[in-house]
Amino acid sequence: MSVSDVESGTGLRPLPDRGGPAQPLLAVSGLRKHFPIRGGVLNRVVARVQAVDDVTFSVQKGETLGIVGESGCGTSTTARLLMHMIPPDAGDVVFDGEAVARPGGIALRDLYRQMQMVFQDSYAALNPRLPVSMTIALAPMVHGMPRARALAHAAELLAAVGLEPGLFLNRYPHELSGGQRQRVNMARALALSPRLVILDEAVSALDKSVEAHVLNLLADLKRDFALTYLFISHDLDVVRYMSDRVLVMYLGKIVEIGPVDAIYGAPRHPYTRALLSAVPSMDPLHRTQSAPLSGDPPNPVNPPSGCRFRTRCPFAEPVCAGREPRLALDTSDHGVACHMADAGSGHSRAAS
Amino acid sequence: MSEQGPALSVHDLSVRFTAREGDVTAVNGVSFDLARGEVLGILGESGSGKSVTLRALIGLLPPRRTVIGGTIAFDGRDMAADQTTRLAELRGRKIAMIFQEPMLALDPVFTIGDQIAEAIVRHEAVSWAAAWARAQELLELVQIPSAARRLRNYPHEMSGGMRQRAMIALALSCRPEVLLADEPTTALDVTVQIQIVLLLRALQRELGMAVIFVTHDVGVAVEIADRLAVMYSGRIVEAGTTAEVIAAPKHPYTAGLLGSSVRHARKGVPLRTIPGLPPDLRRLPPGCSFAPRCGHMAMACQQTMPALTALPDGHLSRCRRVVEEGLDPR
Repeated sequence: MSVSDVESGTGLRPLPDRGGPAQPLLAVSGLRKHFPIRGGVLNRVVARVQAVDDVTFSVQKGETLGIVGESGCGTSTTARLLMHMIPPDAGDVVFDGEAVARPGGIALRDLYRQMQMVFQDSYAALNPRLPVSMTIALAPMVHGMPRARALAHAAELLAAVGLEPGLFLNRYPHELSGGQRQRVNMARALALSPRLVILDEAVSALDKSVEAHVLNLLADLKRDFALTYLFISHDLDVVRYMSDRVLVMYLGKIVEIGPVDAIYGAPRHPYTRALLSAVPSMDPLHRTQSAPLSGDPPNPVNPPSGCRFRTRCPFAEPVCAGREPRLALDTSDHGVACHMADAGSGHSRAAS
Repeated sequence: MSEQGPALSVHDLSVRFTAREGDVTAVNGVSFDLARGEVLGILGESGSGKSVTLRALIGLLPPRRTVIGGTIAFDGRDMAADQTTRLAELRGRKIAMIFQEPMLALDPVFTIGDQIAEAIVRHEAVSWAAAWARAQELLELVQIPSAARRLRNYPHEMSGGMRQRAMIALALSCRPEVLLADEPTTALDVTVQIQIVLLLRALQRELGMAVIFVTHDVGVAVEIADRLAVMYSGRIVEAGTTAEVIAAPKHPYTAGLLGSSVRHARKGVPLRTIPGLPPDLRRLPPGCSFAPRCGHMAMACQQTMPALTALPDGHLSRCRRVVEEGLDPR
């Protein structure tokens, strides 16, 4: 990575597609992160938060993979592990055929050229002492772009995210509204011409009318910059609108994954079904009459044995406590980790 | 107590914050009646004045930097006239509030039981033991499992949904007639949110309370409110029954807000959006404050702020073109 990366036109040249269209842009297997909890006089590890446990999935080139889940289910930890903001305990991440942070694989510095992230808290993500121009220009400068060109590029990116460069280049984060800050964050994420952008609850803190603007912007940028998105959100309506495929997490595990229409139209995991029926009805004449689940999601410290959802599942049987269900994909790429969907698992509702 | 009159009657409420950089009028001429046993939803986005309205009603705004105008009548008696003494008497006993963040609303160094019992002893001449027993009944009322044990928990020992239930129990401790709810479900997970909404709905019916439920979430408002008031830049722009407002909005802002929802949007089709941004409250336009963003704007809209006017069916709208020209804002 050096000055040779800098093209004569705009910005950094997007890195070439190495693996071809059939190679997933991102392949994650067996990803795991347990956070130790220390306590007692000897400060020994007394428990482990099993934030992400044995997570395997891939992201195809050009798609939007939505990730949904409630607090503590591990979506944000997954995003941070993928960005190597925290090191994983186990598991492999392969970016376009190259192993990440492994000898002979892709180095982190090169990974960040191709993979960027936008966070929920648009204000905390920005340096309060940097004007918008430098916020966007800094990363290209680090990657060898001359300052003048990086600043010119920042102006172009600002226009691309719908902010008038003349008005906004010299502003500081506190002079922007939430929606404008999130646009700046998006421009900064695009500054290195990445191929994959992780959006971690990127629209969740915005007002609904602003959210609609930013969602439209995200769709435009995806097309114009040929991006692939990993779209993390707790808002099921937004995920449905944005995603091609959806992954549902519960307590650090993937419980269901599949094409968006299958997940929303024919959910197979009891948790996915509960999640979908907990969404407000939007119909004053047919209000929700009962809550699909009681209580809060359990703490990911010492999660239940076997299937982690069994303590809240209306169909739980002894087999669910004894054995962990495996996620198996069917022919239409729809996978579910539930003994009821596994013929011969021993669950009374499973086909045998 | 006049049983027939509204539980709460707000007339021409205004809230101005004074600051060195200039005054901000956050609430500007808000009037409404809250009937006994009714749930009024106030829907609005950040800066619309919905939370400030609620805080003004219960006297939680910083007195030295706030100028409150208009009248707030509780049970037919004016409160704004003699704010501090009247409010202290009413607060907790007749009118109570729940918040978005129970962790900030509850005291971290006292147990839940202590906090609820203290509120009961403060307002009613009962012994600590009796108050503690009431506290346990209240935790059972809000469906906290093993209530007796949970009374001895500190707020940090509870999950988010449980804390929200505990805060509701605290607010209900002296059987208020009016409950003010400021986005109580916003910080919760979707499966917990629906539980709290259903709980509030059941409690409201059971106890016959009047509730003002402030939210930015149309879906949650629809689940709980009998009537909806929509706020924009410090004013109510539309009010009507929930069913009417959702099915046939009578203000272009409401129509735009409902139209931009992703719920029924088709993938790949851009969302309909309201152009522009809400106005700066320090520099409100002279006419309708939504006019600069409105697709139906006419010359007259920019000259005077239209009044909130009742349509023949009782639905209230602050849009000149809807009221005078019968425009459908959708």
